[in-house]
Amino acid sequence: METTATGSTAIAPASRALEVIGGDLTEKSLRRYLEGIAGVDAVGLEARAAALGTRSIKTTSKAWALDKIISLIDLTTLEGSDTPGKVRSLVAKALVPDAGDLSTPRVAAVCVYGDMVPYAVEALGRAHDADAPGRINVAAVATAFPSGRASRSVKLSDTADAVAAGADEIDMVIDRGAFLSGRYGLVFDEIVAVKEACRRPDGSYAHLKVILETGELNTYDNIRRASWLSILAGGDFIKTSTGKVAPAATLPVTLSMLEVVRDWHRLTGEKIGVKPAGGIRTSKDAIKYLVTVAETVGEEWLEPDLFRFGASSLLNDLLLQRQKLTSGSYSGPAYVTID
Amino acid sequence: MTFLEYAPAPESTSILDLKSEYGLFINGEFVPGNGESFTTISPATEQKITTISCASEADVDTAVAAARRAYEKTWSKLSGTDRGKYLFRIARLVQERSRELAVAETLDNGKPIKESRDVDVPLVAAWFFYYAGWADKLDHAGLGPNPRSLGVAAQVIPWNFPLLMLAWKIAPALAAGNTVVLKPAETTSLTAMLFAEILQQADLPAGVVNIVTGAGATGSALVNHPDVNKVAFTGSTAVGRSIARSTAGTGKKLTLELGGKGANIVFDDAPIDQAIEGIVNGIFFNQGQVCCAGSRLLVQESVHDEVVERLKERLSTLRVGDPLDKNTDIGAINSASQLGRMRELSDIGEQEGATRWSPASNLPQQGFWFPPTIFTNVSTSHRIARDEIFGPVLSVLTFRTPTEAIAKANNTPYGLSAGIWSDKGSRVLAVADKLRAGVVWANTFNKFDPASPFGGYKESGYGREGGRHGLGAYLAPAAGPKSSVVSAIMNKTPLGGSK
Amino acid sequence: MSTARLGVPKTYKLYIGGKFVRSESGRVYEVATRKGGPMLNTVNAAKGSRKDARDAVTAARAAVSGWAGTSGYNRGQVLYRIAEVLDGRRAQFAEEIAASEGVSDTAAAAQVDEAIDLWVWYAGWADKYVQVAGNANPVSGPYFNLSTPEPTGVVAVIAPQGVGSLLGFVRAVAPVLVSGNTVVVLGNERAPLAALSLGEVLATSDVPAGVVNILSGSPAEIAPWLASHADVNALDLLGAENLDWVDLQIDAAETLKRVLPPETGPDAGAPSIDRITFFTETKTVWHTKGLL
Repeated sequence: METTATGSTAIAPASRALEVIGGDLTEKSLRRYLEGIAGVDAVGLEARAAALGTRSIKTTSKAWALDKIISLIDLTTLEGSDTPGKVRSLVAKALVPDAGDLSTPRVAAVCVYGDMVPYAVEALGRAHDADAPGRINVAAVATAFPSGRASRSVKLSDTADAVAAGADEIDMVIDRGAFLSGRYGLVFDEIVAVKEACRRPDGSYAHLKVILETGELNTYDNIRRASWLSILAGGDFIKTSTGKVAPAATLPVTLSMLEVVRDWHRLTGEKIGVKPAGGIRTSKDAIKYLVTVAETVGEEWLEPDLFRFGASSLLNDLLLQRQKLTSGSYSGPAYVTID
Repeated sequence: MTFLEYAPAPESTSILDLKSEYGLFINGEFVPGNGESFTTISPATEQKITTISCASEADVDTAVAAARRAYEKTWSKLSGTDRGKYLFRIARLVQERSRELAVAETLDNGKPIKESRDVDVPLVAAWFFYYAGWADKLDHAGLGPNPRSLGVAAQVIPWNFPLLMLAWKIAPALAAGNTVVLKPAETTSLTAMLFAEILQQADLPAGVVNIVTGAGATGSALVNHPDVNKVAFTGSTAVGRSIARSTAGTGKKLTLELGGKGANIVFDDAPIDQAIEGIVNGIFFNQGQVCCAGSRLLVQESVHDEVVERLKERLSTLRVGDPLDKNTDIGAINSASQLGRMRELSDIGEQEGATRWSPASNLPQQGFWFPPTIFTNVSTSHRIARDEIFGPVLSVLTFRTPTEAIAKANNTPYGLSAGIWSDKGSRVLAVADKLRAGVVWANTFNKFDPASPFGGYKESGYGREGGRHGLGAYLAPAAGPKSSVVSAIMNKTPLGGSK
Repeated sequence: MSTARLGVPKTYKLYIGGKFVRSESGRVYEVATRKGGPMLNTVNAAKGSRKDARDAVTAARAAVSGWAGTSGYNRGQVLYRIAEVLDGRRAQFAEEIAASEGVSDTAAAAQVDEAIDLWVWYAGWADKYVQVAGNANPVSGPYFNLSTPEPTGVVAVIAPQGVGSLLGFVRAVAPVLVSGNTVVVLGNERAPLAALSLGEVLATSDVPAGVVNILSGSPAEIAPWLASHADVNALDLLGAENLDWVDLQIDAAETLKRVLPPETGPDAGAPSIDRITFFTETKTVWHTKGLL
């Protein structure tokens, strides 16, 4: 529903928002709440992120970190040229990242377009069973990813289709146009509706990751507001980017989202996940994110249900580093598989 | 193991090639001092690093004479361009040997290697680069055309930023055309000795920079030497006061960089996460052993509880320990006597009724350590709100209105630094205007740059270091007639010529 | 038989907090004037005491925030107004100078003229010295960084004690006022009349009460109290060459006052921007600059 001039339009009665904002949820009360959030000083935020990036992670900590990062990856392919074959290949890599070292952990999930979900589910086979050890989830991008420029009904059926095909997780995009023009209620309602579309026949929900597309929101104040909005509307995860817009994930952006998650936890005791996606290609960079998570929200966030890396080429760099740690010698790209 | 403990990542000391003993650096050579040599130790382990010479009064005399000779025969005759080139050389050599200097500084001072590596040493190089460029542009220093150098500068520096303070003193002095006798602090002479080696490598003419090591007596002999023209001191207000007394009437130009009790003011609209970082950086940077530390936190009452809670949470993630470990946030206290003062004032804080809090931490058995500490329920009359503790101890006070914040911030004999945290630009600028402090950081803290003047109001000293203003401390305007017709009459006629 | 009108001689009082007051000590001292002029041959001037000095510091401190808080443009106009008012009273000041200094009428008049012109010169600095002495600093980082001079606060001044009692006074006091400091000034001991009369000019020139406080009497007696006064920020020893000024400087060190040493000769206190900036503090303000 469009906002009115007074902004008193009621918005969806999402339970978190009801609890935190209280009263009759309206566009106006939501706006007032979001505008009351403390601002971000960009220079200080970036300096803090840079300082976290100088942590020196060596030996045993590094070995632990590499395996941990692998286990937190949403191994991703999101190309117009994706085929069932490409997806099967991706799944194979997810299952056995390094055929030369079977102690290598599996990734957390594979992330594909909605129409590829059936192929991913099929390729995973038993590894997708609910109780499978080393289970790998299937995440689907939805809601007219990456632009989000489609009607509400298209977005909802996009979501419902993916869930019906077996997606465990839905990565939706917010309506950045609406957000940037201040129509927070619209963005909020849409997240609530998509969350509802994640509902399975048995009453359970696919996990909802809300992509803010931080590169388009542009400012840290916007990113912080959008993070709060997404959580209030029911998101299980907040995710930086589609990977289709530059800049994608950056350390300061992720830090600022982690701070929101930390504050939400302080406020409600509830833990929300964070997923930086796009642009994280090296182990060195990924370790900086690990440090940032551990020092901002705590180490307990370093689990697949609370933190993910949306990445593709990162995995191979992790494998090369891992091989270096095991063998003592530097490895090379011919010693890891390209898919 | 938990990830957050991070495996040790110590910086190797193998890059150091230290001598077992260092002499005084006089007239371009290392010479033994006539005072009683002393050992310099690592405050983190109390292990001996090396032996340092002590300059006697006669040694100081020799050093001043060498500086005088170099001033008259060499340095004052050199073109600004050439003086600048020497300074550029020094800057480059500092950069080349930066790792070594950082390790030596951390070993000798106890500060975390990440600070000596990322802050101290890069700023040392930057300081020499900045002032190198000034050497042939002194006409634009703000003292009119052809300003004059002063002569021999006596410089006494503290132990909290040993090499950086050396750079703050030596770079502008040489750029302006003076020669130097510098005395490092007793507990931190090591990097000054490495710096002397750099000067030899740079082929700086003998006597232009002389370094005399020793304790208070050496410093006193230096600043009171009759043949010095300029005294520059950074250290405690008590010593600064005694130097101001002893140089009175001597005509020595004096600049003093003394103590502080900086207020860090947090308004309710502050960017809260950055403010927390700024508070931490303000008081725990260099273990709080910083004259411009934000040691008084003034928080608007409405956000006091939230700020304190977040601060405590943040403090719990600080790593205290081996300064050479690249992940250490808080290193060792520089000396047993400093540690004693921190303990004493903190005990007084408790006795006066303030509430003391430190995160759980396992401090090493050997060495000098003090945990990051916060005092809440502090009143303006408490000693911990007035005296400079010079350690990782934060006193938290509250205010209700901007006017009250300003009044409390200014309610101190000191006036070196202050911080303001607010998202409202108009208020930030208005508060900055009203604070009686030489450096005001808005939405940041403890930032330093060679282009930016630094120095205090009131009992925090006088004169500025850094920037164009920093040159003024080492120059005098060209002499020349200024008198008017009337003043000529004034001069010739005795008062009351006819009665 | 002459029917010349009998004159009405002035009582020369101290000028403290905008008021003309007798010394709290009740003391006066004799100031010699030349014979044959319109003034009494012996004039009494108030002899200030340490308590007068204390009151003057209190008045000066109270006036700091107002005076320092006015715009440079405004302070410039007030200082220029002093020149205007003084210009209208040239004859009176020339007479007082000639009478108390023993210089010729011509020299006295020239002194008044130069003093007036000096007020004009310093008035023009009030809205400019910040631009000359301040700096935008190009730091390496995303920071706005600006250094500006600000008045140091209360300045105690010992005015020159030789011939040139008005000009020397203006040379000492005017530059201190330019930036917004307030002043407690010990005038010329033996020739205090012009300075005391200048108080009348200040009082009618929009100079706020307490900005300039003028004491006559013995600098040797009063100066130590000012030098050691903890609420004085700076000390100008310009006219202190015959006092134990090193002791004064040592006293001043107790609270780390900024101290300008005595000057002698024709250049003593010569007009200079350095006399303005010496009594200022450079404040450097950093502010983050973030686009995002």
